[in-house]
Amino acid sequence: MVEVARRTLALAGRHAAGEGVTVVPGEPASRISLRAPDASIAALSKALGVKLPQKPKASAASGSRMALWLGPDEWLIIDEDEADLAAALSRVRALHSAVDVSHRNLAIFVSGPNAEAVLNGGCPQDLSLEAFPVGACSRTVLGKAEIVLLRTDEQTFRVECWRSFSDYVFTFLSEAARDAA
Amino acid sequence: MLLIRCPYCEEERPELEFRHAGEAHIARPAPITDISDDDFEGYFFIRSNPKGIVYERWRHIHGCARFFNAVRDTVSDKFLMTYKAGEPKPELKGSSR
Ligand SMILES: [Zn+2]
Repeated sequence: MVEVARRTLALAGRHAAGEGVTVVPGEPASRISLRAPDASIAALSKALGVKLPQKPKASAASGSRMALWLGPDEWLIIDEDEADLAAALSRVRALHSAVDVSHRNLAIFVSGPNAEAVLNGGCPQDLSLEAFPVGACSRTVLGKAEIVLLRTDEQTFRVECWRSFSDYVFTFLSEAARDAA
Repeated sequence: MLLIRCPYCEEERPELEFRHAGEAHIARPAPITDISDDDFEGYFFIRSNPKGIVYERWRHIHGCARFFNAVRDTVSDKFLMTYKAGEPKPELKGSSR
């Protein structure tokens, strides 16, 4: 009899909530870590169908696809429909480095009126709407783990963390959610 | 918590996102194979370590990941200014070098 290996998501079935906040794992997505000089931005934006933002903390979105500014020559590209991002970039001749990190990261959504407070339980950045408006994104820290944070609407944040840190990050957020209120 | 201005992110960010990376403006001798052992020791190991204003490399490791330079006062632990890597060393009053 053949045993078929079954893949499960790192945070499958987990869910946490507190007063005014829920913490839920995101669906699988495809992701690319993209590095490129200024001269390549136009060609890469065209191939991806989303304009690579050049301002600090800025993100851009088009359909299921997002481009997050992480540094002056670095972006995290996410496609929630698991589109083949490497194929989309394979014909670009302009200088760039694209590394598939789809399975390195996973997403956790923190949402509700207390989402900001829950994230500030471990993230030292100013997450008020003035400093971190809808669409703002940043690599930062949550407790002892590095995360990428994206504000998708006024009360929702997408937390991207490395898969091996996901148990820590999810548990941290769950504890913070219990303390919110 | 200290707030440090990252010249690439163009805003102040919490110190937890940063890492110190040694003294700034130390030029690597070229060609390095031609210098004496004493000169190599001076380049590689000897640092000024003054009391007061220091020029340091810092890295926004949990942010934009860039190295940049900072002027800091070791007595007050205040950051006087930060600037992008490759920019000239600013002369500040009270600078020891
Ligand atoms: Zn920075």
